[in-house]
Amino acid sequence: MIPGAFEYHRPASVAEAAGLLSQLGDDARVLAGGHSLIPMMKLRMADLSHLVDLQDLDEMKGIKITVSSVTIGAMVTQHELIADDALAAAVPIIREAALQIADPQVRYVGTIGGNVANGDPGNDMPGLMQCLNATYEVQGTEASRMINAREFYESAYFTAREEEEILTRIHIPRPAGGTGYAYEKQKRKIGDYATAAAAVLVGGGEASVAMTNLSDTPVWSQDAGKALASGDVEGCVAAVMGAIDPADDMRGPVEFKKHVAGMILRRAIDRALSRAS
Amino acid sequence: MNDQTLTPEERAANLKGMGSSRKRVEDVRFTQGKGNYVDDIKLDGMLFGDFVRSPYAHARVVSINAEEALKVPGVLAVITAKDLEPLGLHWMPTLAGDKQMVLADGKVLFQGQEVAFVVAEDRYAAADGVELVEVEYEELPVIVDPFEALQSDVVLREDLDPAADGAHGPRKHHNHIFTWEQGDKDATEAVLAEADVVVEEMVYYHRTHPCPLETCGSVASMDKVTGKLTLWGTFQAPHAVRTVASLISGIAEHNIRVISPDIGGGFGNKVGVYPGYICSIVASIVTGKPVKWVEDRMDNLMSTAFARDYWMQGKIAATKEGKITGLWCHTTADHGGFDACADPTKFPAGFMNICTGSYDIPVAYLAVDGVYTNKAPGGVAYRCSFRVTEAAYFIERMIEVLAIKLNMDAAELRRINFIKADQFPYQSALGWEYDSGDYHTAWDKALKAVDYEGLRKEQAQQLEDFKAGKTRKLMGIGLTHFTEIVGAGPVKNCDILGLGMFDSCEIRIHPTGSAIARLGTISQGQGHATTFAQIIASEIGLPADDITLEEGDTDTAPYGLGTYGSRSTPVAGAATAMAARKIRAKAQMIAAYLLEVHDDDVEFDVDRFVVKGAPERFKTMKEIAFAAYNQAIPGLEPGLEAVSYYDPPNMTYPFGAYICVVDIDVDTGETDIRSFYALDDCGTRINPMIIEGQVHGGLTEALAIAMGQEIAYDEMGNHKTATLMDFFIPTSWETPTYVTDHTTTPSPHHPIGAKGVGESPNVGGVPCFSNAVHDAFRPFGLTQSHMPHDHWRVWKTARELGLHA
Repeated sequence: MIPGAFEYHRPASVAEAAGLLSQLGDDARVLAGGHSLIPMMKLRMADLSHLVDLQDLDEMKGIKITVSSVTIGAMVTQHELIADDALAAAVPIIREAALQIADPQVRYVGTIGGNVANGDPGNDMPGLMQCLNATYEVQGTEASRMINAREFYESAYFTAREEEEILTRIHIPRPAGGTGYAYEKQKRKIGDYATAAAAVLVGGGEASVAMTNLSDTPVWSQDAGKALASGDVEGCVAAVMGAIDPADDMRGPVEFKKHVAGMILRRAIDRALSRAS
Repeated sequence: MNDQTLTPEERAANLKGMGSSRKRVEDVRFTQGKGNYVDDIKLDGMLFGDFVRSPYAHARVVSINAEEALKVPGVLAVITAKDLEPLGLHWMPTLAGDKQMVLADGKVLFQGQEVAFVVAEDRYAAADGVELVEVEYEELPVIVDPFEALQSDVVLREDLDPAADGAHGPRKHHNHIFTWEQGDKDATEAVLAEADVVVEEMVYYHRTHPCPLETCGSVASMDKVTGKLTLWGTFQAPHAVRTVASLISGIAEHNIRVISPDIGGGFGNKVGVYPGYICSIVASIVTGKPVKWVEDRMDNLMSTAFARDYWMQGKIAATKEGKITGLWCHTTADHGGFDACADPTKFPAGFMNICTGSYDIPVAYLAVDGVYTNKAPGGVAYRCSFRVTEAAYFIERMIEVLAIKLNMDAAELRRINFIKADQFPYQSALGWEYDSGDYHTAWDKALKAVDYEGLRKEQAQQLEDFKAGKTRKLMGIGLTHFTEIVGAGPVKNCDILGLGMFDSCEIRIHPTGSAIARLGTISQGQGHATTFAQIIASEIGLPADDITLEEGDTDTAPYGLGTYGSRSTPVAGAATAMAARKIRAKAQMIAAYLLEVHDDDVEFDVDRFVVKGAPERFKTMKEIAFAAYNQAIPGLEPGLEAVSYYDPPNMTYPFGAYICVVDIDVDTGETDIRSFYALDDCGTRINPMIIEGQVHGGLTEALAIAMGQEIAYDEMGNHKTATLMDFFIPTSWETPTYVTDHTTTPSPHHPIGAKGVGESPNVGGVPCFSNAVHDAFRPFGLTQSHMPHDHWRVWKTARELGLHA
């Protein structure tokens, strides 16, 4: 559990960081909270020569809330998401989900940007961001661009972000007032990835449903959302069950995961509907 | 205030002796992060070693090329079996009479096996070197199933002569290690043939791992000037390590000093000898510099000693009324690539023959077959005495299965079969003499405490609601009455590598009435410095706060066999009391001289000797201590010291009654431990607070094992649970609230009546949690399912019982 040698960089601006990535190429990776990357380096599964630490970049911190949207800096920690009362009032599902990620020690350091950018199918935030129809702002050396979360994930650890781009901010449209919400997660223990997790928003004739750790990318199903919006819970579950593709692991075999996914989704729907007004 | 105004009770309380919930003296340093563990040892010029490990479970090692590794700046050497062979150290003896490769000698037998040892100036360079050692393997067929191993043509241990006997008698097959038989086979089979009722079940206790918070490690420092080797390490038995190190290295024993510093949990994982210890010693001898080796978590989970992995085929016979008439067990024991079990020599399956449990079973038979497979070696007593958790799990499951067959309440079935209080000392059918017990009293107290009848009514209502579709949750009530066998042990039948399993204590009283005591044991968190001082305090009347306790340095501590199998209190605790009594006897003579009366005319009174019939005439122990050093007392040597080597006449037999309630979600397999009641009887209680802490810790490890913790391999022998993501260690979140209780039935043969407690909660806890899960599904026809009861296995049970339709 000792990583190979690497150079450590600590840029003072996003532009400098993007410049470093462009200049160093494949051998460089950005470091946010490090809870995904550093274990991979210690296992020598991530072999890189340059680590670009983003912790000094104030422009990637902070949460801004307007009437219509929320913007979260990529370096905002899970703990900061949980602690922010205004965010909890504007988009309460974020706090509910963040409280189910890892444990307090990890949440003090782990960031939302790292969670969504890494492309790890086990992470909770990508599915949640798809459910919320979030947009990721990524910065390259020349310009920044926007990528919808629902189009960001290509396969496990592969995303629409280019190598030299840095995910800097997350823009989330505020759900309409009275929208019911729930983030439901089954896990073996504190700190574990989900056996199955479901993010559900429903209310005002609209609905959105996304699942976590049941495929090599998060699973957002337009059909499931449409069904739920029309009050067809069974149709919603059926659409999700058709979209997920879980794999065997120590949490259990595929058959079990599919069954649990259905249970967790139904619970999330029940809870979200009970909260809708 | 004048001391004379205090009552005897007040004076006793001031001593903080036995029975006092004295705070742990160790915690001052531990809670401040000031402990001193092996990895805290830093010596000038110290080098670091790290292993190249096998990625394959079974393969020939065709070649090892260290050329690139040696080019890494800071890498000094890459040691292989070829380098160790001239020293005779490429293999080492195991505690079980087998031998084990220190470094791969031509082949590897499990994934993670040590292949080469890279020595470097720092641990980063060592890790870089490990990456660059090129090993060419030729894969061989892998066997991970012990039953398959006994049928297979594949020879795992080519070093062993298939025709020759093993350490424990004849071998039946090239992958067979031993057969161990106890009890009366013919008589048992005769009873089974004619019984009213016989049930048969395969009870599997899965492979798991002690996984102590601190992993294993050592620092070896060979001083080439003095010829002395100092070895710091995570050793549960430092003296035994010194003797073994001397025997296999040829270094004279007086030239070896073994030190166990603070140890961050052992649970059996740190009893055995590991290749890292040997390699750090060899590397220090070769380089003339200190060499440190410390495992990481994955090394620990993959290569150091596992626990359990027993397939226990059982048959139990009874009358129609439920009186048990006989017990039969055949166990297939998966030992992995080498037999490195840590058991007393004559007990290759440990004390598995305690498997008649708390019950008066007239006849029984046990056979255990040890088998080689392509898994890591071990088979240690993970927070239990040798194989006692397996035995307790077996009998407590068989009782439940019998209750199902008889359609009886499992609490009542236990009650009518318990050994009665007037039967002690009790001779068990499998050869043990239980020292003392009062099972009925404990059982009734436990059932009453949890309102057992009320729980059963609630469970019946819940079941009705479930069947009516009002809930998807089932309620299970777990029962266990366990009997432990601890305190190995009598030298006449217990030894490890020929070393008798006595233990020791040396006490020196200083002139001002404070003291130091040294023992042959070593605390790994048990709180010896707290509790053993309490024994001395009560025995000789000096305050526990004035007594320093030291363990773990073989240059200063008297010889002992170490701490595991709950043996410290039964054996070293007895030695402590006996040494203290020697001091008290001498103190009596000193007091009599000072009081100018005959020895027989003074008597001990809490913290002093008083003249019989004249309690105002006394000498305190402090006064006596000073006199021992400043008075010329005719017929007595100066000083006040004693040492005792205690060979226990018997084991001790702690017992307990545990009851838990679990709620099960049949749709997701999630379980919630609603309540857990633990009544322990460990004989005389030295420190109730420490006992309670031990029970909480042991129950939590039991929770882990029963509900999720396992060492799993795939069919290729790949280790699937080598990190704490997949290897379950409960946090406070998963841990229920425990209710503890006790009865007190002292051991009649132990000087202070204490029996040992640290491991009872694991022995009793695992079957209790497991029985609760089984009990929830009993109305739907479940008789037996395999642990761990993680979500998917519980879900699978529900599915197979048709509960998802």
